[in-house]
Amino acid sequence: MKPPAFEYLAPRTLEQAVAALGAEDAKILAGGQSLVPMLNFRLLAPSLLVDITRIPGLDNVDDWDGGLRIGALTRHHALETSPLVRDRFPVLHAAMAEVAHLAIRNRGTIGGSLCHGDPAAELPGMAVLLDAQLQTTQRTIPAAEFYDGTLSTVLGADEILTDIMLPALPPGTGWGFEEFARRSGDFALAAVGVLIGGEVRIVAIGANEKPIRLLNAEALFNDASDIDAVAEAAGKEVSPEGDLHGSAEYRRHLVKVLTRRALRAAWERTS
Amino acid sequence: MRYLEAGKRHAVRFTLNGELVEGEAEPRLLLSDFLRQTLGAYGTHVGCEHGSCGACTIRVDGKAVRACLLYAVQMQDRAVTTVEGLAAPDGLNALQAALQKHHGLQCGFCTPGILMSLEQLLEEEPGADEARIRDVLSGHICRCTGYHGIVQAAVEVFGEVFGKR
Repeated sequence: MKPPAFEYLAPRTLEQAVAALGAEDAKILAGGQSLVPMLNFRLLAPSLLVDITRIPGLDNVDDWDGGLRIGALTRHHALETSPLVRDRFPVLHAAMAEVAHLAIRNRGTIGGSLCHGDPAAELPGMAVLLDAQLQTTQRTIPAAEFYDGTLSTVLGADEILTDIMLPALPPGTGWGFEEFARRSGDFALAAVGVLIGGEVRIVAIGANEKPIRLLNAEALFNDASDIDAVAEAAGKEVSPEGDLHGSAEYRRHLVKVLTRRALRAAWERTS
Repeated sequence: MRYLEAGKRHAVRFTLNGELVEGEAEPRLLLSDFLRQTLGAYGTHVGCEHGSCGACTIRVDGKAVRACLLYAVQMQDRAVTTVEGLAAPDGLNALQAALQKHHGLQCGFCTPGILMSLEQLLEEEPGADEARIRDVLSGHICRCTGYHGIVQAAVEVFGEVFGKR
């Protein structure tokens, strides 16, 4: 329960951080709410931790052409309490309340959660649902192409996520977010996010190796009369794995039920 | 740019409950261990050491955080508050007194962490209702009280503070 030895570096600029990451078997330390437990369990033993939290200017939430540009070091609690997030992306505001507990949300960062890539975490799913553009020190990556598996992203070893851009939603977009966890603050057994705006988007969280859009289910949706059929298709479209918290079959069932609830909520919120 | 070698001790300095404190820590030393073993501040309790139980919750720059998920060296120039900072050594603050009154603790292992989370909530959302208080308490494991006394204590203090606004 004590971490292995590592070197510690606290760069002041992104350039310094990138240079350090290129040189060694290094890991980025941001909020540390996933990394530090893994080190305490000795699941990882990096030689160097690059603490990027002393780099200024990476924790702002700003207007981005009607949407939002969110700095990667923005803490979950700042997003949860941001009026801009609540007004422009109420689905994200709702999902933030389900992220772990207050003390974790105070410290954890949006960039850290996205790069850790837990398939049952809310933020990676929200990034896919909201069609986020992920700005790194090298390029811009669409959220749908960011993950290549469980806890795995397409980021290079010396590439740092700096900003998350959320494009504006069409006016009157309806939203729904439904999550099921065994206890408050636990990782989701399954969660579903829905947007009904110019198009319908349905994202399942915790039901595959990474968060995914349920394109087959989406294609069946025209209006409220399709909700049951879409939910049925959603349950068939995911491929969850079973564990001691719930069987694969149970998780499929959850996705079906949560999709139905989220679609209903989203339909009622459209205007 | 601060670089600290592995396996060696380095000077760390921050304010603890308003007083400047200093000690030496290897990069891998958890803040929870630094507080207890280096600084002798035993009020912060260590439970699971992976962020789940909430016993080691302290405040850094006003925000409640797990001390077991931070390294002491990260605290350079930060402001840390622990349960020792809530009241004079022979006194209790409002939440502490209410916990005593409502039997909100038995063994007391979880209590310091619970106080630090509730203090932040009290500052940020004094209007928090029982459901919101329970939501925040869900980040803390208490195996003695069944939580009822803790909730009653918090509801009473939040009501008083909000009423005075």
